Amino acid sequence: MCVAIPGKVISLEGSRATVDFEGSCVKVNTGLVEPKVGDYVLVHAGCAIEVMGREKAEEIIGLFKELEALDI
Amino acid sequence: MTEKITMAHGSGGRSGADLMEKVFAKHFSNEVLDRMEDAAVLDISGRAAVSTDSFVVTPHFFKGGDIGKLAVCGTANDLAMMGAVPKYITCGFILEEGLAIEELERIAASMAKAAEDAGVRIVAGDTKVVEGKGGLYINTTGIGIIPEGRNAGAAGCKEGDAIILSGTLGDHHACILSARMGMENDIKSDCAFLGHAVEKIYAAGAEVHAMRDVTRGGLGTILNELAEASGVDMELEESSLPVRPEVRGLCGILGLEPLYMGNEGKMIAVVPEKDAEKALTALKETPEGRDAAIIGRVTGKGEGEVIMNTPLGGSRIVDMLYGEGLPRIC
Amino acid sequence: MRDIKEIIGYLRAYDGPELKFMEVCGTHTAAIFKSGIRSLISPKIHLISGPGCPVCVTPTAYIDRLLEYGRRENHVICSFGDMLKVPGSGCSLSEAKGEGVNVRMIYSPPDVADMAEKERDKTFVMAAVGFETTAPAYALMLKEAKGRGIDNIRLVTALKRVIPALSWICENEEGIDGFICPGHVSTIIGSDIYAPLAERYKKPFVVAGFEAEHLLAAIYDLVRCAEKGEARADNLYTSGVRSEGNLKALALIDEYFETGDAVWRGLGRIPESGYYLREEFAGFDGGSRGLDSDSELPEACRCADVIVGRISPDMCPMFGNACRPETPYGPCMVSAEGACGIWFRNSKGTGKQI
Repeated sequence: MCVAIPGKVISLEGSRATVDFEGSCVKVNTGLVEPKVGDYVLVHAGCAIEVMGREKAEEIIGLFKELEALDI
Repeated sequence: MTEKITMAHGSGGRSGADLMEKVFAKHFSNEVLDRMEDAAVLDISGRAAVSTDSFVVTPHFFKGGDIGKLAVCGTANDLAMMGAVPKYITCGFILEEGLAIEELERIAASMAKAAEDAGVRIVAGDTKVVEGKGGLYINTTGIGIIPEGRNAGAAGCKEGDAIILSGTLGDHHACILSARMGMENDIKSDCAFLGHAVEKIYAAGAEVHAMRDVTRGGLGTILNELAEASGVDMELEESSLPVRPEVRGLCGILGLEPLYMGNEGKMIAVVPEKDAEKALTALKETPEGRDAAIIGRVTGKGEGEVIMNTPLGGSRIVDMLYGEGLPRIC
Repeated sequence: MRDIKEIIGYLRAYDGPELKFMEVCGTHTAAIFKSGIRSLISPKIHLISGPGCPVCVTPTAYIDRLLEYGRRENHVICSFGDMLKVPGSGCSLSEAKGEGVNVRMIYSPPDVADMAEKERDKTFVMAAVGFETTAPAYALMLKEAKGRGIDNIRLVTALKRVIPALSWICENEEGIDGFICPGHVSTIIGSDIYAPLAERYKKPFVVAGFEAEHLLAAIYDLVRCAEKGEARADNLYTSGVRSEGNLKALALIDEYFETGDAVWRGLGRIPESGYYLREEFAGFDGGSRGLDSDSELPEACRCADVIVGRISPDMCPMFGNACRPETPYGPCMVSAEGACGIWFRNSKGTGKQI
């Protein structure tokens, strides 16, 4: 339905950010979010749609904390 | 103003002769070509391999190569995959009006260098000019000699064989896509001649059942082709597939799969299990094969099924590529 | 559950009543196949694909409208790669390219504003398909266009909203025990929005990310809910999804679009399930309303049943026979995210899954 992946903001210029996806840098529209340099943003169709709550590496660890919190 | 190709260059008259002299004869000169006869006369003995391919890539110049280098390496690689030592190559150019002659010359120079590196001589050529907007298309045909005792072919895979991949997946395709879509990165095309790597494998004393360069359609497609031609099933380990992080990143953005992206300087070698380490070590000693890895094995006779084992312990069937592998967003 | 191995162990050993969960999003379907999740879990847990592929639910009249523009002088059709191969009643965008129609594959809608500004002599027609995730990107494009006085852009929209479609499925389809909610749509609309659905239809809804671990965790959550008879709405993708969603994006959607009825292939007309440009931006609209008609699919084609998960793709008599990725009849086979295309590619055309 909607391909989106996280990348790291390396610079900001107006409503544009340069975002690094493991070495591939893309100019991304930031009209939907307010990221800072160093933040991870979720990018869909060249637009940042969210500032990620945690880094990619922490993602799966965080997932299990969430599961635990649900007490299922 | 820069000099451009016009219809007159294809007319067979003075302009055509000029172009021949200034561009092609200058860069491709060798004793066979320099005779300027209607056909090249070659001394060949033994089993010969012949292959032809056409090259239409845009942009003409990209990181890591250009259409000229590609046209020589691509055809020479097809010969090398049959165990042949490439010897001769011919090239036909179709040029569109408006192509800068300087650009053509750079491409010719690059072809000459690639031919020298691969040890092949350009022995015949042709140029035609058509209406258009500065495009350029190259067809190359290559001839190679297969040394005694070599017998590599798509149908040669056998139960227990190891499948060796010579390096990272998707580099060429990712490079071209980045150029076309204006993405900034350091992804280089892996465009390279693979014959030296092949010779290393044979020199190490490894028996080779099948080889194939990983070009259009990507690894997924060529393994299906090999498995079907040989009547065997294969098993791959996803975690062992080498992919550069920046290529993985680009694939993520565009919704593409490295497994189906083309390379221009990577190959698969299917070798008996007993020779796998030998062949891998030999490959790793070459610049083209330094990231080589054993990625899977031939499991046994079958209908050509290629199974991928995923990192979490699941498995899935890998089919060939259908269509063009377009970026997907939504 | 402390790690993914325990979760896999639990799901593999599951031996309770048969369970059927729908992953609504096509990107989830693709990820489930890619990571081989079906081969890891009990055969009693069935994963069915939902209507979350914009290409699959868009009627042929839409492609025809784009081509109508494409055949005019100085018109450029801008599209994502996804739509290029989809047949209209006559041909696809990709085939029309061969007749000289100017089609540009784009990556980001705001880029189209830049193209239109540079080439004022042309009209740029954006194939604006997608769900809530992509709608704000079109709004950003229009915002740029408006701000810079660019008027040579038209949108032909086929924008869909997920919640009305989910409600429709809950009302009309029996036997679904829970939903894996689309991760990136939820980034925009938030996770709270599923709570009323869970309560009303007494089924669990779990928002999931796109890694294999995310999906396995979501399936585990759904199985536990089913076992305990709970109908919860959970968010297991909190790094990318806030409970309230992306308010800025939602406000921007609201500024440019209004909701209206939309026709989904396979589901029919669903009230309030589409976005259309507001009256004040009608100048940018390329005639997006009323593109409902669908050319007749062959009688044997079961796309409509596949889209709502009534049957799995291999149960369609055309699957793998007349209908294949190289000769697709139904949209589910055309799209890289269509359930049929994904099944085909992951079974080598046999329909058999490992």
